[in-house]
Amino acid sequence: MTGKHRSGAPDVLQVRDLACRRGPALLFSGIAFEVAGGELLCVRGPNGCGKTTLLRCVTGLTRPDEGIISWHGQPAQVDPERMRAGMAYAGHLPSLKDDLTAEENLDFSLRLRGARTTAEERREALAAVGLDKRRRIPARRLSAGQRRRIGLARLALDPAELWVLDEPLTALDDAGQELFISLLDRHLARGGLALAATHHRLAPPSAVVRELRLG
Amino acid sequence: MTDTAARPQAEGSFSAGFSWAMARDLTLAWRHPDEAVLTVAFFALVASLFPLGIGAEPQLLARIGPGVIWVGALLAAFLALPGLFATDYADGSLEQMTLSPHPALGWAAGKVAAHWIVSGLPLTLLSPLIGLQYGLAPDTLGIQAVSLLVGTPILSLLGGACAALALGARGGGMLLALLALPLFVPVLIFGAGAAEAQATGMSPAPHLSLLGAGLIASLVGLPFAIGTAVRISVD
Repeated sequence: MTGKHRSGAPDVLQVRDLACRRGPALLFSGIAFEVAGGELLCVRGPNGCGKTTLLRCVTGLTRPDEGIISWHGQPAQVDPERMRAGMAYAGHLPSLKDDLTAEENLDFSLRLRGARTTAEERREALAAVGLDKRRRIPARRLSAGQRRRIGLARLALDPAELWVLDEPLTALDDAGQELFISLLDRHLARGGLALAATHHRLAPPSAVVRELRLG
Repeated sequence: MTDTAARPQAEGSFSAGFSWAMARDLTLAWRHPDEAVLTVAFFALVASLFPLGIGAEPQLLARIGPGVIWVGALLAAFLALPGLFATDYADGSLEQMTLSPHPALGWAAGKVAAHWIVSGLPLTLLSPLIGLQYGLAPDTLGIQAVSLLVGTPILSLLGGACAALALGARGGGMLLALLALPLFVPVLIFGAGAAEAQATGMSPAPHLSLLGAGLIASLVGLPFAIGTAVRISVD
């Protein structure tokens, strides 16, 4: 880990001695890091080194073989609902329904996150990601990039403090990538934190960016 | 810099999760009614094929009617099961449900409720019409519908738990049949038994009470089991 400058804010997410095996193979062990408000931690490494598994362990989707994940100083197992409420996960799978429109998809995903938003807010968020004209079109007729943009609108309205992002730039064009960086920057500037697995160089201007190398 | 205190904290609740899952699945079923229509059509066809195959002898038809209708309803309900979690599993919605602040109990129950509304409920409503083909007496038709009304939610709950367990397994459909159909047997016995008892002049009450007890036990235990099975499957 290259821990250049820390923001000095208290650590919100702490991971200790994380280890995970897949079958007989040890993916990683002894992983430890902490992330505070305003910080972005990028997980890097070659394909198959366990970046996605690491992220899934932090979210609680995958049970790690060893290690403790603490959320606001409390082990996540003690009160998993509290951590889930404060965390948004954007994985490889889009979690979009092809038969629902962009607007409906956004509404249902936010309601699942327990977020209360108005129709006006959702419309604005879709307009901000460039889907204003296509918000009534079923998701099956949107391109891969446009579908990712629904995910961006979802992140923008999600009240979560921690964003866990798996390859967030996949399928996004240049404008989409810039849009994502500005959303991420706004999130971090408001004291949010983010954990991202990516091969790209993410450099939101107002954030403390650190790296964790796997493999 | 940190304004986490001012951040609106998302809150989860059973009722929010339940209504979320039910509203979403009903919307999806409404957009794509073919699966619900297929379930009902399958039931009507199977139940109509029996008189054609066996011959139109009134006593025989009235004798086998309740059993055939129940078997048809059971198979039709089973037909609708594989889709219950499979698409949500494939597109990542189940991951998001597992990570939502709403308790798994809520959205699992909501999904099963929506599934019952598009499969079990139409079967129940259609059953008196099918029963007429078998020349069942009006009171038998009534008891038949009541037994389906109590029994089909059990099928949805049991089937939901099996579908969640079979997620991600290769040959999941076959596994689902092997898991679910044996568990459906008691429901079939008491469900068909109720209408048959009524038809032969006995009281259907014991059968219906046992079905009702089964429904209560399923309602209490199975949504929790479904939530846990889903959590294991997405790992």
